[in-house]
Amino acid sequence: MNSTNSTDPSAGENPHDARFHAVSYLKFLRMAFRLATEGTWSFYVWMTVLTCVFLVGAHAWALQVEMGMNVTAMNDHVSWGLYIANFTFLVGLAAGGVMMVIPAYIYHDKDMHDTVIVGELLAIASIVMCLMFVVADLGRPDRFWHMMPFVGKFNWPISMLTWDVIVLNGYLLLNLHICGYLLYKRFLGETPDRRWYVPFVFLSIAWAISIHTVTAFLYSGLGGRPFWNTALLAPRFLTSAFVAGPAFIIIVLQIIRRLTRMRIGSGSIQTLASIMRITILIDLLMFGSEVFTAFYTGGSHSVAIKYLFFGHGELNALVPWTWVSLVFMVIAAMLLMRPKVHEHLILLDVACVLAFVGIWIEKGMGLIIPGFVPSTLHEWVEYVPSAAEWKIMAGIWAAGLIVYTLLLKVAIPVFSGSTSARDLK
Amino acid sequence: MEDQPTNDGCGSNCGCHGEPGGEPGGTSRRTLLKAAGVTLGAAAFAKALSPIVNWSRENLSVDEFLQKHYRELDKDQLAAVLRHLEEDARKNYGAEVTIGDHRPQKGVKFGYALNLSICIGCRRCAEACHHENNHDRGTNNSYIRVLEMQKGSMDMEHGNVHYDHPVPHPDKFYMPVQCQQCDNPPCVHVCPVEATWKEDDGIVVVDYNWCIGCRYCEAACPYHARRFNWTKPSIPKEEINPKQSYLSNRIRPQGVMEKCTFCLHRTREGQMPACLEACPTGARVFGNLLDPESEIRKVIDNKRVFVLKEELGTRPSFFYFFDE
Repeated sequence: MNSTNSTDPSAGENPHDARFHAVSYLKFLRMAFRLATEGTWSFYVWMTVLTCVFLVGAHAWALQVEMGMNVTAMNDHVSWGLYIANFTFLVGLAAGGVMMVIPAYIYHDKDMHDTVIVGELLAIASIVMCLMFVVADLGRPDRFWHMMPFVGKFNWPISMLTWDVIVLNGYLLLNLHICGYLLYKRFLGETPDRRWYVPFVFLSIAWAISIHTVTAFLYSGLGGRPFWNTALLAPRFLTSAFVAGPAFIIIVLQIIRRLTRMRIGSGSIQTLASIMRITILIDLLMFGSEVFTAFYTGGSHSVAIKYLFFGHGELNALVPWTWVSLVFMVIAAMLLMRPKVHEHLILLDVACVLAFVGIWIEKGMGLIIPGFVPSTLHEWVEYVPSAAEWKIMAGIWAAGLIVYTLLLKVAIPVFSGSTSARDLK
Repeated sequence: MEDQPTNDGCGSNCGCHGEPGGEPGGTSRRTLLKAAGVTLGAAAFAKALSPIVNWSRENLSVDEFLQKHYRELDKDQLAAVLRHLEEDARKNYGAEVTIGDHRPQKGVKFGYALNLSICIGCRRCAEACHHENNHDRGTNNSYIRVLEMQKGSMDMEHGNVHYDHPVPHPDKFYMPVQCQQCDNPPCVHVCPVEATWKEDDGIVVVDYNWCIGCRYCEAACPYHARRFNWTKPSIPKEEINPKQSYLSNRIRPQGVMEKCTFCLHRTREGQMPACLEACPTGARVFGNLLDPESEIRKVIDNKRVFVLKEELGTRPSFFYFFDE
């Protein structure tokens, strides 16, 4: 579970030769393995529960491959569902980690610098989940290799999906490199060479923006789907990502503070809360602007959004989702307006959970499904996810949490200095 | 699935391989438990994924897995693939079929026109499509959907495909919609693996053996022209149309996209599409747009034709007109 692409910095004036790294990198991997498999009973229980959920999902997916995708509730009218909804949300979560990277590296926020790895590792775990959701959505996962550049047939640059393959995998590699390099250097007890990570960090900031922009372009580029065909989609994706990402990280930081010896300065949480306070308002503003345009203009552009809020005749499967999302977001925004919300952690946590759930709905059920309802020939077919889809979704989230837990389990002791190469000697 | 990796179940001296985590300070009991947990977890994982093993044993040979894109197959490879597919039809459906490879003719670009004044909404075109193209019987699939439209409006919002009364209804008109074989096809642009493309005679086709089933084309199409094989199509063997083609009406595999091909296995041999032959009123006109003497050209030159959703810039090769 550890990052493997540590870059060998032997080129510069580094005193170590390749042989040194060959030996010590193996030691590093051994230590990572030990850290990832040693823990308290609660750690084992947590991992066992996640593994069980993951296995339930894996089995449901295997059945889906065997029986075909009619085990899902998707159909020729609503041809994407829960999987792509989660995929879209998780691209945002991956991009949201950048809200720690910017304060840490551009504004040199000391507390944030100490904790930024939490956000970078979240990006890794989220991208892993994204890729799993894409595979879950494929009718023929056995033909996955057709999508690989050079090996298969890569319809680049015209297909936005090929752009998404590039930016998502690129973002994964960037973060693996940054985290892997910093961890390895810490493990050696050496100061990381800025040339080997700072350029990548800045590249990753731009790249984070690109992953969610490209993902929005997947949808907004489709002229036949008026609900998605809006220039505001990409900016909305980004702002909501910059709400959901910090919300998740604020909770994770508090858990880490409680369970480990890692120093979590209150500055990190305060900064993230301040970011959310702004981004959630911009998000609501953009949403309001979409609502105005659709409802005031009327016509075909408003059909899907009307269905979203009020249903269509007896069809109203999305109405509860929509209102729950909106109410959660408004409450979260009001809680975040409180000037010293970071000092009232319970309130802040409530706001974070509400915002996280609100955006999961908005970027998922509230965005993907109404793109298909009504269909392009104005047929009304509703979509309610099937049990198989819920199981597979839970399995993938469990897998992502397993990855994230293990990554943190390795990174935190190394960063808080309680484990290093000297321990193994 | 139900196995829990940390159960003490494997407390005895089983022969599990210890993982290389047996560091000096650790207790051997703990190592043993961990090894037991890993073994149980791995076993559960294998069990959970066993349906995939079953599926691939039945449906996936090495040749199929490694098959190249249709446009990269040489003559011999293509012939081998076609024989293999015929073999599959025999094995899976008990049907003797011939699967050909019909290529576009030079100097031909197909166009289709539909006279809305005389279409009566009988849906015989949709039914003919269902049989001609070996569609799944369970879903009653067809590449054609017939909209019953309110007179006085061209807005599909007022259309209805689920009408169930004698036709034609005096207050309505009928609009069959199928693939418009666009000259600027969004479905082709979005495909990440070039599994769908536009042929020289204007027909947009799918390589069913290359498609990965992401359904992006289905989201991109503004005309609901594409269908996905949500499961393996079921057709009784005596109903299977044995005259098939690689790019058109051969029985599709599970998990891939399909679409109207203007019956290329017929039209590239000079026949008319099945939907046209089934039409009792002669509302459908099909032919070569490049031939100035063709009937389709006469319609386009002399009638006031229109295309669906022209504002999207898809440039359909499918035209509609009213006769008055």
